[in-house]
Order: sequence, then structure tokens, then C-alpha cells
Amino acid sequence: MLNKTNALIYFLAFSSGFSIMGIELLGGRILAPFFGSSVHIWGSIITVFMLSLSFGYLLGGKLSIKRPNLAKYGSIFLLASIMVLPIALFANPIMEFIFTHIEDSRYGSLLASTALFFVPTIILGMISPYSVRLLVTDSEHSGQVAGGLYFVSTLGSALGTIITSFYMVLAFDVNAIIIGFALTLAVLGLLAILVNKLFLAERRYA
Amino acid sequence: MVLYMLMLLSLLFSNFSVAKAIHSERSLYRNILVEETGNLRCLKFDEKSSQSSQSCMYINEPKKLVFNYTKLVFSSLLLIEDPKKVLIIGLGGGTLSNTISELYPKAIIENIEIDPAVIKVARDYFYFKESAKVTAKVQDGRIFIKRAALKKQQFDWIILDAFNGDYIPEHLLTKEFFEELKSVLASDGVIAANTFSSSKLYEHESATYYAVFGDFINVSRKNHSNRIILAGNKNTLTQAHINKRVNELTPLLLPYGVNIKAISQMLHFTKNNHDWPENTKVLTDQYSPANLLNF
Repeated sequence: MLNKTNALIYFLAFSSGFSIMGIELLGGRILAPFFGSSVHIWGSIITVFMLSLSFGYLLGGKLSIKRPNLAKYGSIFLLASIMVLPIALFANPIMEFIFTHIEDSRYGSLLASTALFFVPTIILGMISPYSVRLLVTDSEHSGQVAGGLYFVSTLGSALGTIITSFYMVLAFDVNAIIIGFALTLAVLGLLAILVNKLFLAERRYA
Repeated sequence: MVLYMLMLLSLLFSNFSVAKAIHSERSLYRNILVEETGNLRCLKFDEKSSQSSQSCMYINEPKKLVFNYTKLVFSSLLLIEDPKKVLIIGLGGGTLSNTISELYPKAIIENIEIDPAVIKVARDYFYFKESAKVTAKVQDGRIFIKRAALKKQQFDWIILDAFNGDYIPEHLLTKEFFEELKSVLASDGVIAANTFSSSKLYEHESATYYAVFGDFINVSRKNHSNRIILAGNKNTLTQAHINKRVNELTPLLLPYGVNIKAISQMLHFTKNNHDWPENTKVLTDQYSPANLLNF
């Protein structure tokens, strides 16, 4: 049972990596109509993603201290799913507001990028350290587990980048892809909660 | 004497056959090259896949336009009589700006270029002329248009020349962008877009223009590898009007090497020829994989 839940955790970490980079990549497309495709657009997007991921790591680590379990882990995914939705639903009015109030497109894009991506990426950033906490059973293997975890989540990021940019944008609208990511995160979160309920209610993570 | 002549010959030979780089720099976006081959000076964007010339001029005949597509842009003048406000998106060497300001000294010409290094090279190597009436601004074309719309600006002639063969700024080829363009176009104004679509993109691009502007005019030679799209003008173009304009324009455009009579025979009206499938997907801000479709 333990191995199966471990596989689930690795898979979820993989999927969160996939979604983070998929969303980051679409960020450029979302901002372009208002802030152009100058070099500083990517500067804004990457800055905001890195900053929010760093906060997410901190928060996720902190959260993992108190009675860690799969249900809480799943709730992070559910929360992330909800926070990703506004990117598809409200991006245009938010960017329009910023565009009309800030003349300089560098700071305009930085602010827009913050408004759209800061919160969801913090939540998504919480997943990695929490995954490590759920997987580590002894300090001797902690480094190895963390290594494996970074491996799958970063592999997910790589695949999320290439699949989104090479194929998904040819088949779907940007918003459809974003909503797809949100739904995937929700389903995975529910799955984790369900697994926790069915098999692991008793289990304590040592 | 013989030696002298040999030297002269070799000098001439090298001048006429070998391209020599007289300037190169790396900008934020690309490598910029200025090359001279004999009498021809060209601005190139040095990309490994192709070194396509963006803009060229004859050093001893700087008025004469080199490229066909640049000449085809002047087909716009069959539709507009006296452009007073001109917007050029994508400066290149500044050839179009220079020519138009010579033709219409009273016209206000705004050039929008994303790459500051291109403006510098246009000034230093291609005699790009600026004045109180002719300006160049570093900005993304999409942002300029959006701000112009907020300021309720209107242009009689908008030239969209921001695409090169290797990369298409995808946010400049969407329905939403064309709607913004339309909102800053004077009621009898015209948009001239220089496009390179010989690929699947041709259909998507046509469908997108049609969705916003209705019927438009393709200006091209027989093979569709290169076309100018003329869109926006609501006046119907009669053959009598074309003939009248050709007569007026011929002497004006002759010094630039533009044969407007020949160009007037390359107009293809989509009204009688929708050469794209009815169900072609329109490009939007939500769906704009132009570079992926451009094969």
C-alpha cells in the first residue's frame, strides 16, 4: 500500500510540475495583446513565477510539519485548481485595468503577471516540499527522496513546456488549456483525498 | 600601369561580387548585419536558418526601391488620394518612411519599431530621415495601436511590415488586433500588410482578415509566395478610378522604380475569389499558433 501511495505522490508532483510550466508558457500568450512580446514580458513572467514558487516552497514546508497526510496534500491541489481558474476567467478585465493605468509596459506586465499568476503559483509551489515530507521515512534516505521528487516534478515541467507549446496551442484555445490544467489539478486533488479516506485514515506519517 | 589596372580590376571585382559586412551588432532580439555587395547595401537579420534581407538600397541611387514587396505597398495609393497621417509598423531600413515623406512632404509619418538597434542602423546606414513630421518610436506595435485607440487617433494609411520570413509576432495576426487596427483607421483609410504566407497560414490569415474587414484585395504576382493585403477601405474601386490614379501616380512613382501600371494589374479581389475554405479557423488571441502553422 505504501508503495502505491508513493507512486501516487510522485505522479501528483509530476502533474504539478507539468501544470506550472504549461501555465507559465501560456502567460506570454496571455500578456501579449496588452503588453506586447518585448523581452521584458518574459522577464516579468519568469520573475513572478520564481518569486511565487520560492514563497510556495517556504509555505509548503511549514505546512508539512503539522500532521501531514494525503488529504491535506489533496486540498493543496484543490486550492490550486480554484486559484488557476481566474487566469482564464478574468485575465482580460484585469489586464485592461492595468493597461489603462500604467503607461510603461514593463511595470504593466510585471503587475499583470503578479495579479494573474502570483497566488496560484504559490499554491503550486507548496506541493514539492509537502511531497518530500510525505515520502521521507528516515533521514538517511531524505536526500535521495528529495532528488527523486525534484526529478519527476522537473521532468513534468519539461514535458509541460514542450507539449503545451508544440501541440496544445495548435489544438485548443489558451483558456481551454488553462481550464484543462485547473480540472486536472482538481481531479488529482480529489483522488488524493479519496485514497486517504479509503486506505490510509489510520496511517500516520512518521 | 598594368599592375595598377590589375589592382583596379580586382578592386572592382571584389566590390561587385563579394558581400562585405560593414556593420554587425547583436540586439535584444537578433543579430543585425549591414552588408554591401557592390552597389547594394542590405540590412539582414542574421538567423542561422536563413539570412533574409529585411531592407536594401542602391548606394548610388538611394531613391530606387529594391524589393518588389516594397513596391507593391504603393498599390495602396490606388485607393487613397492624399495620405495625411501614416503609420508604419516595422521600420526595417526606413525605406518606406523616406519614400512616403518625399512623396507627401506634408504627411505626418509615425514609425513603430520594437528593436531600438534597428532604428539606429536605419539612421546610420540607410539615411532614414526624421523630422518634426517623421518620427520613430520604440514600442511593440500592438501596444501602440491599443494606446492610439484610447487616444482616438486616426490614420489614413497603416502599413504593417512587422513579419519576417522566420518569425511572426503572433499577437499581430489575430482578429482582436485587426479590430483594434480598424478602430484607428480613418473611414476611407487603408491597411497595407506585407505578408509572406505561402503556407497553410495563408488560409488562416485570409479568413482572419475577412472576419474583420470583409472583402479585401490581394496584391501579388502569380505565385502567392509574397502578397500585400489591402484592407479596410470601404470605397468600391472601379476600373475607371484605377486608370485615373495610375495616370496621376505614374510620373510621381517613376523615380522610385515603381511601375504602378503593372502593379495595378496584380490586384486580386477576394470578392470574386475566396481562395480559402469556408470553415477555416480564424486566428484569435486565444488561438494564434501562426508560427506553427507556417510550414
